[in-house]
Amino acid sequence: MDKKLGRLLLIGIPYFWLFLLFLVPFGIVLKISLSDVAVAIPPYTPTFDLESGWEGLKALLVELDFENYIWLTEDDLYWTSYLSSLRIAFVSTVLTLLIGYPLAYSMAKAPSEWRPTLLMLIILPFWTSFLIRVYAWIGILKTEGLLNQLLMFVGIIDDPLQILNTDTAVYIGIVYSYLPFMVLPLYSSLEKMDGSLLEAAQDLGCTAISAFWKVTLPLSMPGIIAGSFLVFIPAIGEFVIPDLLGGSDTKMIGKTLWAEFFSNRDWPVASAVAVLLLLLLIVPIVLFQKQQERAQEAEQ
Amino acid sequence: MNISSAKKPSTRFEPWDNPNEKPLVQFKNVTKRFGSFTAIDDISLDIYEREFFALLGPSGCGKTTMMRMLAGFETPSEGIISLGDDDIGAVPPYKRPVNMMFQSYALFPHMTVEANIAFGLKQDKWPKNLIEERVEEMLSLVQLRKFAKRKPHQLSGGQRQRVALARSLAKKPKLLLLDEPLGALDKKLREQTQFELMDIQEKLGMTFVIVTHDQEEAMTVASRIAVMDDGKIMQVATPEVIYEYPNSRYVADFIGDVNIIEGRLDNRTDEGIKLSWAEGQPEIAIANNTKRSENENACFAIRPEKVHVSREEPLDADNRIRGQIDDIAYIGNLSTYYVKLSNGMIFKAQESNRRRLANREFTWEDQVWLSWRNTAGVLLD
Repeated sequence: MDKKLGRLLLIGIPYFWLFLLFLVPFGIVLKISLSDVAVAIPPYTPTFDLESGWEGLKALLVELDFENYIWLTEDDLYWTSYLSSLRIAFVSTVLTLLIGYPLAYSMAKAPSEWRPTLLMLIILPFWTSFLIRVYAWIGILKTEGLLNQLLMFVGIIDDPLQILNTDTAVYIGIVYSYLPFMVLPLYSSLEKMDGSLLEAAQDLGCTAISAFWKVTLPLSMPGIIAGSFLVFIPAIGEFVIPDLLGGSDTKMIGKTLWAEFFSNRDWPVASAVAVLLLLLLIVPIVLFQKQQERAQEAEQ
Repeated sequence: MNISSAKKPSTRFEPWDNPNEKPLVQFKNVTKRFGSFTAIDDISLDIYEREFFALLGPSGCGKTTMMRMLAGFETPSEGIISLGDDDIGAVPPYKRPVNMMFQSYALFPHMTVEANIAFGLKQDKWPKNLIEERVEEMLSLVQLRKFAKRKPHQLSGGQRQRVALARSLAKKPKLLLLDEPLGALDKKLREQTQFELMDIQEKLGMTFVIVTHDQEEAMTVASRIAVMDDGKIMQVATPEVIYEYPNSRYVADFIGDVNIIEGRLDNRTDEGIKLSWAEGQPEIAIANNTKRSENENACFAIRPEKVHVSREEPLDADNRIRGQIDDIAYIGNLSTYYVKLSNGMIFKAQESNRRRLANREFTWEDQVWLSWRNTAGVLLD
């Protein structure tokens, strides 16, 4: 009996954690998203007063409505932000994959005594604040920044390029920031691959290149999928990178949300945007978890 | 060890004794170095068509390097390897009519059994209907038709082994290489699979080269065995010859169990030659099958199963020595008696247990006679 209680407690702790730190805040955000904006502190109505008890709760529920969600469909700012977020996240994921795969591949093929060092180098940037690293890119990308100076010095260009405050800068920022999330799962799936499989493919008539396409690539699929989701999911909601590196016409849902919340002080609409963003992300997250489960089953 | 019953004497297959026969595979003075390490040291070797050839030796002896050079994963540092009339030393693996069955099986985990077998055929751009036909044929050959749609991880070890075999046979290679093919199977399954391998090899009339460190496996399946040590081939011969007439102490010691006696050759008589070997021990009579001259140092090797143990002195035996049973290793069908001679040497003698253990004739500390015929052993350097 004690054992059962202990097990229940053990399972209960993470659920309680989730409840307290995810479900409760989400409930609050959901409630705000159904409220109306008001000139008050906090800037929405109705507010819930614990002292009014059950009757108060019922009165509150009556006043809630889906007005803000309807508003989101009426102003195309939100739709374009969502779509543009999806597009930027998708393009960045593809770019990260294209850069990350050769990186992970060469790491996995490196002599085994080098690998810990190489892994360390991939992880090393995490030791510096994310915000500072993104700020540093401003210094590199701005018109009179390091990159333009270098390109003009070498003589590739005559006039400085406008990179900062464009979507290109956002791509660079996202690819740079999320590259480790792509490289690490790719590396782990490539590293455990049995070298004799490639020899077998060659023995059966493949050149080294076709052995890569027919054996290495399909077998690293779990790594590709895991890495892509790990980049795609946070990139959709990314705020810091588009805010610091993107231009005024770079629309991303994170930025829109920030503007609603702080510039407009429209907490209910901002909350509605946040709730929709979450719903949008649930699809890839569920897909990701399904895939992880399948990968684990295959390994057994 | 029952070796000769598997090969019927009427269909004797001995291309290596026929000077007109052209070998399928030839190693000519092949040396392979990895940095300063010499893995293969000036080896010349002929392998004939339809042979089941075994490369046998301890780990690190170079047998795997020999196989990898045949597959094309390594190129010789010196010398020529030819297949048929072609020098294949520099031909990459994907262009060789040679296939390999890997020790780890190396089945593609993302493909079904069917797709694994079809892989090489697709690579060679066989027409689709022929691929299907061939895959069917291979699946029935290894009795896995029911498992065509399974993935490798859904199969048992023995089934995986058979898929690997089917895949390596599918392209009808001129030469099939088997790298420790049965190493991962348990003993019963291994023995059964050895016979399956022999059947398949005979049925298809293909040339197999097997690499193994298991001498029983080599003895069972091979038409000829090359015993390797330290990058060199010590002896190439049929299993019978390797076992009965090893050419060196190394081979005698590596294959099976052996008693080795060092001594000095003495009087040559009509019946043979005698070896004196220890103070107070009778000289050993050896039949006249040797060109060795008198007054030479030599080794005498005799297999334990050729030594008879008896309580009474066997007066008609050519050689007989007295000793005391020091230890008995009982392994069911056989018992090995460790007999201590008066000079302290332990002599191994093996008897099959025709009677139940409780009725055994001898026991520990018994005084016994060891005896053998003068033709039972061989003289080595």
